[in-house]
Amino acid sequence: MAEAAVAHDDHHYTSTGLNSWKVGFWTFIGSECLFFGTLLSTYMVYKGAALEGPYPHDVFDIPLTTISTFVLLMSSLAMVLALDGVQRGNKKLALSWLATVIVFGSIFLGFQYYEFTHFVHEGLTLQQSVFGSTFFVLTGFHGAHVTVGVIWMITLFVMVLRDKLPPAKALSVEIAGLYWHFVDIVWIVIFVLVYLIQ
Amino acid sequence: MSTQTEELAHAGQDDHGGHASVGFYWMIGIILAVLTGLEVGAYYMELGAVEAPLLLVLSAAKFVLVVGFFMHLKFDSKVFTGVFVAGLVLAVFMVSALMVLYHWLPAAGA
Repeated sequence: MAEAAVAHDDHHYTSTGLNSWKVGFWTFIGSECLFFGTLLSTYMVYKGAALEGPYPHDVFDIPLTTISTFVLLMSSLAMVLALDGVQRGNKKLALSWLATVIVFGSIFLGFQYYEFTHFVHEGLTLQQSVFGSTFFVLTGFHGAHVTVGVIWMITLFVMVLRDKLPPAKALSVEIAGLYWHFVDIVWIVIFVLVYLIQ
Repeated sequence: MSTQTEELAHAGQDDHGGHASVGFYWMIGIILAVLTGLEVGAYYMELGAVEAPLLLVLSAAKFVLVVGFFMHLKFDSKVFTGVFVAGLVLAVFMVSALMVLYHWLPAAGA
């Protein structure tokens, strides 16, 4: 009886015939585009307007950011492979790829922590200039999203480990994957607009 | 998305909700890594006026690959694409409008 109720709860469909969780989550992602759009707009509007340094070319370490970008991109690949593992009911595969996502996400956060502390050491703080304010707010909010994603992945890892995520419940992983990939595409835009285009 | 890529993706589809095959995902991952390498290469080559548009095109290609294949929009209902694109278009319009207002219009008025 309880299992039937759980199974029923996993399949909410809207009048369009689409799963309500997915419709809701794609709407959330659409709104997140606007959220990061505002932060990116602010950074772009004030780009080059800082009256005192350090300036972007003084502090940016492109090789380091390239590595962290590569790591985040590969975590997206690991995420889609983890979903494939859950959908196939292959616990070992799902666990190994979810662990990869967690490790890669943590490495990205480690790079960001190093970058932030390095920038502060160079004299760039949130209050130092409009460059510092807009840069830290934009990348800080992205980092916060990655942190939430890593916690979400750890939760999924534990659920798979305890056999709580059979193929019938793969939608939970798919939605977490949507979030993770969205965080990745936001970084794709930030990497080019903030770091590469001077 | 080229027709050849679409055919390859569909050829790799399995019976898990219309998603692509593992091999196809690896191929997308490799393409994303190569595109990132090209972006950084373009940055270091200092291509002048071509550099910014080229970087934007490469970035857009990566964006489309992740959204289309990793997020399964290519295989999912068009409703999801509509919901996502609505937010994205509004965001792009907002960024573009603010850039025009703050960067180009003051310069034109000066």
